[in-house]
Amino acid sequence: MNTSAAAAGAQAAPAYLQIVDVVKDFGGGAVAVNHVSVDIAKGEIFALLGSSGCGKTTLLRMLAGFETPTSGRIILDGQDLAGLPPYLRPINMMFQSYALFPHLTVWDNIAFGLRRDGMPADQVTERVEAMLKLVQLGKFAKRKPHQLSGGQQQRVALARSLAKRPQLLLLDEPLGALDKKLREETQIELVNIVEQVGVTCVMVTHDQEEAMTMASRIAVMSEGRILQVGAPSDIYETPATRFVADFIGNVNLMDGTLAIDEPDHVVIDCTDCRHYVGHGITGTLGMPVTVALRPEKVHLSRRKPADEFNTARGTIREMSYFGSFTVYHVELPSGARLKVSEANIQRHRDDALTWGDEVWAHWSRASQVVLTQ
Amino acid sequence: MSTLLQRLIAALRGRGAVIGVPYLWLLVFFLLPFLIVLRISLSEMDGVQFKDLFSYADGVLQMAVKLANYVFIVEDDLYIATYLSSLKYAAVTTALCLAIGYPFAYFMARARPTLQPALLMLVMLPFWTSFLLRVYAWKGLLGEGGWVADILIALGIDQVLAASGLIPSEGKFMNSPFSLVLGMTYTYLPFMILPLYANLAKMDLRLLEAAADLGTTPFKAFWLITVPLSKAGIIAGSMLVFIPCVGEFVIPELLGGPQTLMIGRVLWDEFFSNNDWPMASAVAVVMILLIIVPLAVFNRYQAEAAEARR
Repeated sequence: MNTSAAAAGAQAAPAYLQIVDVVKDFGGGAVAVNHVSVDIAKGEIFALLGSSGCGKTTLLRMLAGFETPTSGRIILDGQDLAGLPPYLRPINMMFQSYALFPHLTVWDNIAFGLRRDGMPADQVTERVEAMLKLVQLGKFAKRKPHQLSGGQQQRVALARSLAKRPQLLLLDEPLGALDKKLREETQIELVNIVEQVGVTCVMVTHDQEEAMTMASRIAVMSEGRILQVGAPSDIYETPATRFVADFIGNVNLMDGTLAIDEPDHVVIDCTDCRHYVGHGITGTLGMPVTVALRPEKVHLSRRKPADEFNTARGTIREMSYFGSFTVYHVELPSGARLKVSEANIQRHRDDALTWGDEVWAHWSRASQVVLTQ
Repeated sequence: MSTLLQRLIAALRGRGAVIGVPYLWLLVFFLLPFLIVLRISLSEMDGVQFKDLFSYADGVLQMAVKLANYVFIVEDDLYIATYLSSLKYAAVTTALCLAIGYPFAYFMARARPTLQPALLMLVMLPFWTSFLLRVYAWKGLLGEGGWVADILIALGIDQVLAASGLIPSEGKFMNSPFSLVLGMTYTYLPFMILPLYANLAKMDLRLLEAAADLGTTPFKAFWLITVPLSKAGIIAGSMLVFIPCVGEFVIPELLGGPQTLMIGRVLWDEFFSNNDWPMASAVAVVMILLIIVPLAVFNRYQAEAAEARR
């Protein structure tokens, strides 16, 4: 599953950036990046997603040239980047918390890279003006970074990293320093700008929402390895491993054994329920498997459903109201908790479910993912 | 009246007291003595007594301000030359301290974190021995047969120094501009290194990565990023070296010579050899003004910069 998802992504377009079996070992036991290979197509926004310490930032820093791989190759548009110092790479990076030069104005910050290339002054002016227009900061050209808000600083950083028209743009936690509301607005704006410029982009984030909204493909990383590569919907709906299922979004993981194995369906016996899964899997009868079930795919009712499969009885023990939806924690007979999220379609329902209610949970035959890893 | 007193007491508690104590200290032990010196510099001598600035007799209040000392300082070439010479030696010392101290502070700030306390200790180690003894030791090191002198002669450096007039003749290092500047640079170097180190150590190194990322070689990034961002440290260090150097007395006395006029020594002579206190006081007041004016301008500039930042 893992390799097939990665391969499916790689087939999409010819590779523009190739990361080939890259290892980074800082010594002292832990390997920061452990045999990572991935191909990224031209024009793609590719996200490296993982919790802190998973090696995503180290991988990004190797692309920028701040770290040297212990082994492996990084090839950009056919050119091996090995031995090329950061200042000679056709790659620009937008740093986490931006690293804007505090002693220079917005204008000079954006012009900084262009001047180092010895670009004639009139062309520098033209390019900087274009960049200021792109990020809508024309009015702020003469300000110093500390006179700008967080969102404005972020846009200056973006303009600075795009000014040299890099072949590859790296974004290190691009929106991490912004508050939630601003982050949501900026995500879309950032994608629009990057797509307008047409630059290939690798971003690092620990925020799955950010990765899902912005990236065309996501690589989920853990302990220096890439666990799964795929489009956001692939990663969410078809996680390859228990870790990925658990890491992305909310999930109910139920351990069980394979009871019926037919080409078009399987049945899995778990402690509290019997799963009928509407597709075949590769496995042998009696093998232990894990069923992953997203909370929003489960429905609650007070009446017993007709279906003997895909249903479980329980008591509501916890409720978390989020406005647009409510998450219920249903205690099943074995004591396990099933998370269920229900959209709040009506206002103030009279028969609303509440603490202590006995309920039946049920879900469709196409809602589960069977994990064998 | 009582409310005023209460307010005064309230103001002196907490923050007021913390700020007030050093203010009071400086008022009593710096500002008042300075005013006394200022008064003496304007006084007429009456035997061994200073005449009062104000006298009242027969219903006439008279104020007698004697400006002759100041006029004399301005008109006398020797005083002006001495002031200029003091400023020159202080400036040269500051420049040398910066040239030596900046690389030192830079590499100290970039050294392994475990090594930094030890390096910092080495910078401060000289303070454990009296400043006077350390300056005195240079007499031995640079005098005839001193091993520093021997090394300089062996390397032929004395010929260069003698040719450029920094030492009186080949092989003689003492009591020359060379020995004076060497002594002052040696003494004041830590005062340059410490503020520079404090400034460079807190610099955000990602800015250098950002510069490299945008196509800047490390050498250029140093001049375009590190140096401008350490401006506050450079200014603070330079002030800490320049100001005491202008009025320095001990080092010119021990290591300087007939060529090296410094205002500190002139002051000493006026006070203790000539016993002309009003004149000596006038010399001191002019020196303080010479230092305070650029300092005030600098402070104003800093305050404006801070205001702009808000």
